[in-house]
Amino acid sequence: MSQFLQVLLSGLATGAVYALVAIGFTLVWQAAQTVNFAQGEFVMLPAFFVLIGMNWLGLSFWISLLFGLVVSVVLLGLVFKKLIVEPILPHGGITLIIATMALGILLKESAKEFYGAEAQPFPALFPGDPINLFGAAVSLRDLLNLAISLGVVVLLTLFLNRTRTGRCMQATAQNPAVAEILGVDVKRMVLYTFLINAALATLASFLITPVYLAKFSNGETLGLIAFIAAIVGGFNQIRGALVGGLLIGVLDNLTATYVTAQYRAALPLVLLIAIILVRPQGLVGTSEGRAV
Amino acid sequence: MGARSLHGAWRLLLIVALLAAAILLPLGQKNYFIYVMTSWLIFAIAAMGLNLTLGYAGQISLAQASFMAIGAYTTALMTLAGWHWLASLPVGLAFCFVVGLVLGYPALRVKGHFLAFVTLAFNTLVFLVLRNEEWLTGGTYGLSGMPRPEFGSFSTDKQLPFYYFTLGVTVLAALGLWAIVRSPWGRAFKALRENPIRAESLGVDTRRVTLLAFAIGSAYGGLAGALITPLVQFIDPGSFGLAHSLRILLMVVVGGAGYFFGPFIGAAVVILLPEVLRFTEGYYLIIYSALVIVMLVFVPSGLIGIFGRLREKLWPKRQVRADMAEGARLP
Repeated sequence: MSQFLQVLLSGLATGAVYALVAIGFTLVWQAAQTVNFAQGEFVMLPAFFVLIGMNWLGLSFWISLLFGLVVSVVLLGLVFKKLIVEPILPHGGITLIIATMALGILLKESAKEFYGAEAQPFPALFPGDPINLFGAAVSLRDLLNLAISLGVVVLLTLFLNRTRTGRCMQATAQNPAVAEILGVDVKRMVLYTFLINAALATLASFLITPVYLAKFSNGETLGLIAFIAAIVGGFNQIRGALVGGLLIGVLDNLTATYVTAQYRAALPLVLLIAIILVRPQGLVGTSEGRAV
Repeated sequence: MGARSLHGAWRLLLIVALLAAAILLPLGQKNYFIYVMTSWLIFAIAAMGLNLTLGYAGQISLAQASFMAIGAYTTALMTLAGWHWLASLPVGLAFCFVVGLVLGYPALRVKGHFLAFVTLAFNTLVFLVLRNEEWLTGGTYGLSGMPRPEFGSFSTDKQLPFYYFTLGVTVLAALGLWAIVRSPWGRAFKALRENPIRAESLGVDTRRVTLLAFAIGSAYGGLAGALITPLVQFIDPGSFGLAHSLRILLMVVVGGAGYFFGPFIGAAVVILLPEVLRFTEGYYLIIYSALVIVMLVFVPSGLIGIFGRLREKLWPKRQVRADMAEGARLP
């Protein structure tokens, strides 16, 4: 029982971080019909910016985190939108998907060539000491990761539902044409969405890199899992992405512990295919209109 | 009409010239050069198949490498067991065709990014099976020592005969695809890409056409895999990962999706560019992916699209219906 609790909690902690990535993914999809196949690399990269701040610029760790956040939000939010999404989106969704795939390769290879191919240690934000919780040894880091991620999701939901800007963003996501008529600055709202996505990916990067180490190839698995979480939860809902992320995190840990470690990576994929075939709108999502 | 047939004649002349170049170019060259050209042809076959699925039928697939894997492993296991390559080929192709039908099934329900994810998941699943089922596939160590086929006195053990053998197969595959694209089916594929609702209302069985596009495209992937096995004589799961599916997808897009010769150009760029950019060492992929993004911004229809655009500028023609014209504007 205590082992189960341990596995469950660490699964929830990783799952909450997946959820952050999945939520950003969902937001960008809603606001700009952009399916970002480089999302995993968006999580891989901020950790490298922090390392650059610390090791090349000689900044302290906390200042470097701030540096990493700012650089990531500018590059992965603003520049990504202006240089890639805006010019390519009119050419069609699939073209943009392919462009983000190329971007993924570009970011991955750049991290590898310009910083290093080996996994780099990344300082932990919190101590990893195990603490005793109902007889299970749980790491404090896991608990704090879980708390921070959930806290950010709650804040984000409050922002989207309770503030004027947040509501304008929702209106933009639901119907840009009508939103524009009603006086919403649609372009600005879409930009905000990209910035929020970059910030969420950065936060996920800071929380998960101490565990995984900073490696250029981190994005491959992370991106895939975030897509799966977004789809499992329903591609068009924040709470869906949250449920999806948590579910994948827990299931992944449970399979690895109790069923098979070899096919651990297969479970989310099978889940993905099953969900897409049986319930394409996701577990808690609402269905989107489709032509054929 | 006259101008059109003249255009056709020029085109035929160009094809003959290119084919002659493909025959003459490797003569007297080093083995490595011939090896690179052979792998160019093989990847062009895989990209041709994906071009049918993506460029003609408009269905994105990120699983082409897994079909190469199925073809390659089938051929490898059968030739290692003593069968002739020619006997293993139909088995591999049929296997890919059937799996392609099954994988095409989700394409009936979902489109665009959903389909990208399903096929991506499928590619990773195939990779996991190849890695984990050691009793059959040799696990991470893969399979090695596959013999090259012999046809009577024509042995493909040397690099040059194997190149000509591959060239022959490629020409046959290209003719097959030409026939498909020109047939009523091929027109139905394009109708599906341009406007699925109208295609359906005009009596095109969109379900069957979608499945066929997937299955035939997959079989071409299987053919490429069946050729990789005797070329490299060593296969492992790492050669058929998601990165390779992505590579083939980029070949199609870079060459020009929906153009018949797009895959050849795209494969040439992807296979030859690393050789040309060798002096940049590790930076090759950075340069390549950046170029792809720039190309998608300015000429989303690929390299052939650049020629098309130039020709439009120099010799403006009347407008052509989208399902009659070559080249796809991807959905």
